[in-house]
Amino acid sequence: MNPDVQNRGGSRMRLRGLLRKEFLQIIRDPSSIAIALAMPVILLLLFGYGVSLDAKHVPLALVVEQPSAEAASFTAAFNASEYFNPQAYQDMRSAELALMAGRVDGIVRLRGNFVSRLVRGPDAPIQVVVSGMNANNARLIEGYVSGVWRSWLTQQAGLAGRPLAVPVSVEQRVWFNSAVRSKDFLVPGLIAVIMTLIGAMLTALVMAREWERGTMEALMVTPVSMREILIGKLVPYFALGMGGMALSVIMALWLFGVPLHGSLLLLFLCAALFMLAALGMGLLVSVVARSQFVASLVALVTTFLPAFLLSGFIFDVGSMPHVVQAITYLIAARYFVSILQTLFLAGNVWVIIIPNALALCAMAAVFLLVARRRSHKRLQ
Amino acid sequence: MTAAAQPFPGILLDVSHISKTFLSGGRKLQALSEVSFKLSAGRVTGLIGPDAAGKTTLMRLIAGLLLPDSGSITVLGMDATRDSLAVQSNIGYMPQHFGLYEDLSVQENLDLYADLQGVPREQRAARYRELMSMTGLTPFTRRLAGRLSGGMKQKLGLACTLVRPPRLLLLDEPTVGVDPVSRRELWAIIYRLVRDQGMSVLLSTAYLDEAERCHQVLLLYAGRLLGEGPPADFASALNGRTFSVQAPGMNKRLLQQRLRRAPGVLDAVIQGEAVRIVMHQPLAPEAAALLPGSGLTRISPIAPRFEDSFITRIQALQPEKTPMDFLQPPRTGGTATAGVVIEVENLSRRFGDFYAVRNLSFSVGAGEVFGLLGANGAGKTTTFRMLCGLLPPSGGSLRVAGVDLRLAAAQARARIGYMSQKFSLYEALTVKQNLDFFASAYGLTGKPHGQRVAWALEQFELSSYAGDNASSLPLGFKQRLQLAAALMHDPRILFLDEPTSGVDPLARREFWARISAMSEQGITVLVTTHFMEEVEYCDRLVIMASGELLKLGTPEDIKAAAASREHPQPSMEDAFIALIEAHEQMRMAS
Repeated sequence: MNPDVQNRGGSRMRLRGLLRKEFLQIIRDPSSIAIALAMPVILLLLFGYGVSLDAKHVPLALVVEQPSAEAASFTAAFNASEYFNPQAYQDMRSAELALMAGRVDGIVRLRGNFVSRLVRGPDAPIQVVVSGMNANNARLIEGYVSGVWRSWLTQQAGLAGRPLAVPVSVEQRVWFNSAVRSKDFLVPGLIAVIMTLIGAMLTALVMAREWERGTMEALMVTPVSMREILIGKLVPYFALGMGGMALSVIMALWLFGVPLHGSLLLLFLCAALFMLAALGMGLLVSVVARSQFVASLVALVTTFLPAFLLSGFIFDVGSMPHVVQAITYLIAARYFVSILQTLFLAGNVWVIIIPNALALCAMAAVFLLVARRRSHKRLQ
Repeated sequence: MTAAAQPFPGILLDVSHISKTFLSGGRKLQALSEVSFKLSAGRVTGLIGPDAAGKTTLMRLIAGLLLPDSGSITVLGMDATRDSLAVQSNIGYMPQHFGLYEDLSVQENLDLYADLQGVPREQRAARYRELMSMTGLTPFTRRLAGRLSGGMKQKLGLACTLVRPPRLLLLDEPTVGVDPVSRRELWAIIYRLVRDQGMSVLLSTAYLDEAERCHQVLLLYAGRLLGEGPPADFASALNGRTFSVQAPGMNKRLLQQRLRRAPGVLDAVIQGEAVRIVMHQPLAPEAAALLPGSGLTRISPIAPRFEDSFITRIQALQPEKTPMDFLQPPRTGGTATAGVVIEVENLSRRFGDFYAVRNLSFSVGAGEVFGLLGANGAGKTTTFRMLCGLLPPSGGSLRVAGVDLRLAAAQARARIGYMSQKFSLYEALTVKQNLDFFASAYGLTGKPHGQRVAWALEQFELSSYAGDNASSLPLGFKQRLQLAAALMHDPRILFLDEPTSGVDPLARREFWARISAMSEQGITVLVTTHFMEEVEYCDRLVIMASGELLKLGTPEDIKAAAASREHPQPSMEDAFIALIEAHEQMRMAS
């Protein structure tokens, strides 16, 4: 018999054996399923509900130094807003104390001459003090207060039949996320971060498990090649990881109500590319980490944390220092975050999708090739 | 590949000038130096050596899993370094911890390895039947591998390795951690493979008694090949130098310790009621010269065995050693307590509805060396933990040093020392820091603290290692340090859980010399072991199986009970196996 033909037949038989083994292990040992399917659900619920960049029901101190009809109308505007939970204070002193004690996050002060300044212009008739402890929150409160102020002014002007006395009026229109719900923007990014962890963790852990239990040494002295071992790991965990991905997308659409403007097919094609890159990272981790404990730590530190911090899913890449910005190009999640955010919020915007997808392709190829080259059928 | 297809009339394996070093923590470790040998077909070759001799490294090099620093290995005509995949396709190799997939059933494990080894489907059914009946696993094919006993796992590992019959089979310590019954069965399988299928087997082991079961023996020590040849040749080199000494009325351990230090004696070990000695010269020793001042001494020549030769050869490599005299270690106070020290009555321990220990009763007298013998899972460690007050019993009573452990475990613990199976010292601390720590942990301060640490360093010959990290010590010294730590508070009772596993035979002899000395001092010693010959050091022992006591008595009692017409003088291993088998039959019957 031609040894080549025999070898190819043998390779198919070996691969089938490895795949069946992996499949049985996945079914019998729930830890892989837990990582692939339960972890995204838990993480999405935790981050999806826990992390919100919207401020709602912010406790706010209102100090009205001289009651008037206008002042009452203005404070009523705050009461009507769902963003604030206003509390009336007699004077600035007690409001400041409340701010320091953390009972309120900001103070809006209507000076004594509120009405006269309002009419005379350009002087600001109200004073806003915001607790800067949480910078993000502070900016939000500031924005919301000025929004309430502006809309109240417009309303007043309309009532009085005179033009608005504000020198510059900003008309805001938010594109792509017209409700400005931070969830719509966070959840897609979150999916990328979670899938990074799951993809890398799955392969790193199952490879480390083979080392730990001594099965790797037994595998290595069979005619099986390293390529076959790696494919035998990639295929099942790719399927499992995509299952986790599908679950995450379903949760995003129906639980968090994130709209999907782009194509679902395109979304999964890009996800497949990203999953390959993540599994490749896991295989690379397994080259150095041969115990499950070390593998999970290394996977966490080298894949999840950078994806969390540097992918642009919460922290805008554009506002990072240049050195850090340069580093973000090495993070596969960065490309996937922008693909996901685009597909969910804007649609099939090819100018964004294509370069990012190409970058994912390149990263998947590099990780898998390096993992293949670094894995030897030797114990040392 | 063409070379592989040809038959090998002579040499299956040619190892030539192999050296291998490992880097460990910045230090170079010479695992093998200039090892050369040839293996001929159709035989069982034993690679014999203590732990860390380089056995596993050599096996992995032959299997092409490691690259040698220098030298060459030719396996079945192929170079193990360049053609490692071809070599791996043609040999069978069972690593020390054969990786069975524990989530997979016996059948699924076999299927996997049949796929990996490319066994044609039409041949499988017959091959599986043969392997399963050979290993006795036929009734268990649907059971998960993780649910098999240690011995059955090992046999399944062997079956997976043999799923496509290899010409050369490498077995790395196949009998470690396997109970004597399964060990005997494994050997029967190996012989059958060689006899019926003409397979050649290279097998490594640290059990010296297994050397005598091999056709050919390679003696490996500290990375060097000390000798090769049939085991009988090793033994016959010592013809006329081995004797059995009996001194009625003298404690056998005391006799052994005196003989160890007698002039002209190279080695002395307890064997039954007598002590077996190896002399430097092939001359019958005079009773008066061996044991001056003692009365009746009977000296009779006996046949040398492999172990005698092993000890002789490795002792020749050791630098001149001062004779070990541990008979009078300084005492920090207190006299030996007389009478019963440990009393166990109907002791049971249940985990859920599984009895790890059931209705165990025995008592141990002061100064006794008392052994617990049993296969893995027999309940030895559970019993130990209860005796040390680490695990509350589910039923029965337990008194240690006169204290009921249920009421005052802490009080009893102050009087006991415990040395666990695993190395439980701080590896990052130096020898002295470890001793200081354990002395403080036992409440020693000021002058007594310093004295005790100094005593330990001197008594256990650790002074020259005092500043070394515990992790860098050789295994024998680690074990010494651990014993020293367990003795810091001068306990009256010492618990030793498999204290000598993995330690080379010389260090084991030295260890037992210390135990003997402590027993002379009135310290009670409880020990578990899986080395049958070490049981001979015990005054009395219990044999346990599945949590129950099978037999209690002196080694002589236990052996005598197993004597039959075919086996008038059974060894301790024969006796042990007979007891276990009888127990199994009883269980099957009920």
